[in-house]
Amino acid sequence: MTISRSESLPIRSSGDVVVIRQRVRSAAEDVRFSIVGLTKLVTAASELARNTLVYGGGGNMLLEEVHESGRTGLRLTFADNGPGIADIALALKDGYTTGQGLGLGLGGARRLSDEFHIDSAPGKGTTVCITRWK
Amino acid sequence: MERIPILRMGSYLLVTVQVDMHDQLAQQLQEDLAVKIVQTGARGVLLDISALELVDSFIGRMIGNIAATARVLDVATVVVGMRPAVAITLVELGMSLPGVQTALNVELGMELLRDRLEETVFNDHFPE
Repeated sequence: MTISRSESLPIRSSGDVVVIRQRVRSAAEDVRFSIVGLTKLVTAASELARNTLVYGGGGNMLLEEVHESGRTGLRLTFADNGPGIADIALALKDGYTTGQGLGLGLGGARRLSDEFHIDSAPGKGTTVCITRWK
Repeated sequence: MERIPILRMGSYLLVTVQVDMHDQLAQQLQEDLAVKIVQTGARGVLLDISALELVDSFIGRMIGNIAATARVLDVATVVVGMRPAVAITLVELGMSLPGVQTALNVELGMELLRDRLEETVFNDHFPE
């Protein structure tokens, strides 16, 4: 896999979540995602950025344009140094939340992405990496 | 502070969301709308989201809350203008907005509200 573009953005406020949506949208437009593909990726980014902010206490997102066997995609990596997730399977379940949300963010982001990886442990922070191919 | 305008059109309130909303702005709209409903005695709310390129679970929840609050205040809400890609994404996200009345555009939404209002008036005059 080759990476042709990479950009790191902070997630410190709900205004930053809006900036992330706009940056991901413009990157998806640059690589000519379909409108549905673009909307799904931007929505997944919005859910994960909010999780980073609300549950992780802030962090950042790495936006990368990736190429592999002739296809182009966008890879987004959200990282925080928050409390981490003890039970990842439970956190992925629709309707489960430790906050005030609907519990759709993490599971929803997984459904909206082609590839989804999560790495988290109590006290170790959380990293979520998603890729959507064009 | 930044706010989403709520316009009064006869017995209806019209809200056109034209900005990419951050979370506090969405929350503020919920509160403002409830206050405005009571202040104006509005009979219906038209929520136009045709300019929204994204509805995530937070904004989806706001839409559901607005409709539920309005319903508790005996006011109908119609959400109009949802983009096709937004609808597809929202359903995949796991939100199908149960209990939220929708219409394709403002005209059809207005018609829905009018029908509902006429029905109510009719039932008031000719109770079963």
